[in-house]
Amino acid sequence: MSDATLTVRIWRGTERGRFETYTVPRRESQTVLDVVTWIQRRIDPTLSYRYACRVGMCGSCAMSVNGVPRWTCRTHVAKVADGDGVTIAPLRNLPVIKDLAVDMTVFFDKWARAQGRFVSAPGAATDFAVVPPDSRERQAADAAIECIGCGVCYAACDVVSWNPDYLGPAALNRAWTLVNDVRDGARDERLAAVAGDAGCHACHTQQSCREFCPKHLDPTGSIAGLKRATALAALKGKI
Amino acid sequence: MSRVSRRIEALLWTAQRASAAVLAVCVAIHLAVIVYAVHGGLSAAEILARTRGSVGWLLFYGVFVLAVAVHAPLGLRTILREMTPWRDRSLDVATAAFALFLVAFGWRAIGGLFA
Repeated sequence: MSDATLTVRIWRGTERGRFETYTVPRRESQTVLDVVTWIQRRIDPTLSYRYACRVGMCGSCAMSVNGVPRWTCRTHVAKVADGDGVTIAPLRNLPVIKDLAVDMTVFFDKWARAQGRFVSAPGAATDFAVVPPDSRERQAADAAIECIGCGVCYAACDVVSWNPDYLGPAALNRAWTLVNDVRDGARDERLAAVAGDAGCHACHTQQSCREFCPKHLDPTGSIAGLKRATALAALKGKI
Repeated sequence: MSRVSRRIEALLWTAQRASAAVLAVCVAIHLAVIVYAVHGGLSAAEILARTRGSVGWLLFYGVFVLAVAVHAPLGLRTILREMTPWRDRSLDVATAAFALFLVAFGWRAIGGLFA
């Protein structure tokens, strides 16, 4: 084992392809994204991957690192390397466009199917909505609001892998955030959209989403909240 | 999936969770009764002497059977929908038939203990 270099296996190809091995110098505080970028700039400019902000805000750079979905810009090699080796693959559960870049279309289409957009309540535009930061309503909406849409939870979810129609943790987490938004005017429509065996009721509470979310959010808890809310809405005949 | 069927799915999920809560209590009591009967060395005749004419045991096991008849078919339906291509209306009919089967034979057994 050498401390000076890293042996990196990277998926090359589309759905069909192979792992290729590269040797990369180790650096202090080196991230997995640094490694991929080094290979693309110094060894093979045809290597495809996706990133933007490099500081954990944009959610673009998620990949599978040694079999675990991670945000690569905030993942230090020293913490995840297996000896001097790292295996980097595209995210699971999404079609591979090329190399490490996956097609996120399905992922975001499911946000739309889960009614993940804010709908202004009637009359809301006439005045400022005052929701005090320490109120229960605001804290409920805040709990899951910091999602960056990286797709890590979606790749980690086994229910997505066997039920391709399942909306997935991120879309349901977004729906729960809006259900808790007192300014929103489409609560019942949203609860109807997320009910059923492609929605929150398909979740098995395996908690992989919660385990791997880089923002330490709790989509499993959000989905449990949706289950309770849809049950109450169904009993009241609102959905 | 239509809005009506989404509502039904949400209600079925609620029914399964509610029946699970009932089962948690019933199974605990049922196991305690089994342990008591075995440790006490009760014969079949002695057990029947306690259950015959007992409205309490009739109600307890009547509710137990109902909870099983709600919970088990819904769970099997979910497993079949996830693991097999069987997802159409015939699965719902089979689920309902299985629930009726459990109620009929469960209550028949309780009748044998009570009467």
